[in-house]
Amino acid sequence: MPQNRALRFLLVSIYNLRHAAFSPALETVLAMNQTVPGEPLIVFKDVRIGFDEGDVLGGISFEVEPGETKVLLGETGSGKTLVLKLAAGLLRPDSGHILVMGHDVSEMPEKELLDFRRRIGFVFQEGALFDSMNVEANVAFRLVEEKVPEEETEARVREALRFVQLEEALEKFPAELSGGMRRRVSIARALVDRPPIVFYDSPTAGLDPVTSQTIINLILRGRDLQDVTSLLATQRVQDAFGLANYRFDKATGTVTRLSSNGARPDAPPTNILVLRNGEIFFEGATEELLHSSDQYLKQFLLSAE
Amino acid sequence: MLEASETPSLPSVLGDALKRQIFALQDYALLVLQSLKTVFTPPFYWADTLEQMDLIGVGSLPIVVITSFFIGGVMVLQTAAQFERFGETALTGDAVSLALVRELGPAITALLVAGRNASGIASELGSMVVTEQVDAMRALGTDPIRKLMTPRVLATLTMLPLLVAVFDFVGLIGGFVVSYFTLRLGAVQFWTRAIQALQLGDLVQGGTKPIIFGLIIATVGCYQGLRVKGGTQGVGRATTTAVVVSSVFVLVVDFFLARILLYIFHK
Repeated sequence: MPQNRALRFLLVSIYNLRHAAFSPALETVLAMNQTVPGEPLIVFKDVRIGFDEGDVLGGISFEVEPGETKVLLGETGSGKTLVLKLAAGLLRPDSGHILVMGHDVSEMPEKELLDFRRRIGFVFQEGALFDSMNVEANVAFRLVEEKVPEEETEARVREALRFVQLEEALEKFPAELSGGMRRRVSIARALVDRPPIVFYDSPTAGLDPVTSQTIINLILRGRDLQDVTSLLATQRVQDAFGLANYRFDKATGTVTRLSSNGARPDAPPTNILVLRNGEIFFEGATEELLHSSDQYLKQFLLSAE
Repeated sequence: MLEASETPSLPSVLGDALKRQIFALQDYALLVLQSLKTVFTPPFYWADTLEQMDLIGVGSLPIVVITSFFIGGVMVLQTAAQFERFGETALTGDAVSLALVRELGPAITALLVAGRNASGIASELGSMVVTEQVDAMRALGTDPIRKLMTPRVLATLTMLPLLVAVFDFVGLIGGFVVSYFTLRLGAVQFWTRAIQALQLGDLVQGGTKPIIFGLIIATVGCYQGLRVKGGTQGVGRATTTAVVVSSVFVLVVDFFLARILLYIFHK
């Protein structure tokens, strides 16, 4: 922001005028939220994408039900991030179809995709916060773009930052935050508009175990308080077990462990999808992974011990 | 080690290189068109545009003022000796004025702005690309071309002609100061000749060129920044390429524009 007072005044006036002049395309956004009860929220149908070095994803198919958390587990370069970027329409597949909330994002023009993406949240691996903006402006970005009134924006930003326990960091810039704090701000930015779907790209990568657990707890809270359906890419099998074995108790306001007797009627479904060399190697519940005799899958379990 | 049969032939290497350049040119042209299209449809980012005007226009002012003063001065030093031989030192004002307004003003200002801002734009946008900030913007439902590129293009388009006007004026002041002290030319004599030497065609040349150059500098900077590959090393490469390509592009286009405008106004 320029230091010159007159110029700053002019900028603020123009900004306010812009707010008054253009109302949000609410109908467009609402029309994007087409979900059919009982139908999966995300569908991948034989999706293939490759680059110069060949196919990176070789025809994968899977579905994500409403309320489900699908954990994409895999080594570096197995194509986890690609799956998330394809689902958000940030990349287009070479072949196959991707349906998200009933929309074929693999064929949507970019202009419609921009409207569509306002209904989803995306947490990038390193946070991808705008480094020229402070925390408040980062979290408020989507609301400002949607011309939400200033007072409402401020309240919702505070609420989102309170959710990730970073209300005091409002004025700080990304460079002043630790890695864990940046991920938390990124989660607040993704959840501020209460999207029904959130994509998490390796939210615990490079973090210490305590901070990783804090991030997983936040994802749990987002899932259980806001009924978020999510796709979460990770290299850590602990993340998957954390999401499958715990839930946020609204009554007590704490994260509690689910019963381990096998019957979990109240548990939000958490399933694992293991990617290997661009193919789906395993798909199932955490219990199935735990009891698998496959050597490759056992390596993931051993890494968690 | 490669077998002889695996070694690509020279025509295929040249063909691939040519194909890559044509694809890059096509990609650049499409990006420019996309950006220009967003100028006419909402949402508009006027605040971002004004901020860029401040950075590009006001920020470039010191280097433009200093450079132009000395370029005006050195022109007098170089031309005075020739005019003295014919006893026509009064023509110094004409020479400085015509050279600055027609050619040196637009070209040198464009090169200065390319060095300062094409690199700045490419490195800023490039850093945003490698840290996934551009993807984050798209994921939040905002068009990065509209939000990042168009304000920079509009700001450079509008600021460069103003910077050229400042360059021409300060260059003439530099020329006058030096001619006053070396040739003992009076203010009235210098300024009268400098102003009378200019015709409509010269002003059109001086006003048209910076608009085209502004478009080149901003779009090349944005293109290089938004198409960065290869992490921080790629950002460094994009920054250098942005300056080199925009500077060469400006000088090549300058030649053709000069030819066209001279043909129109000085038949």
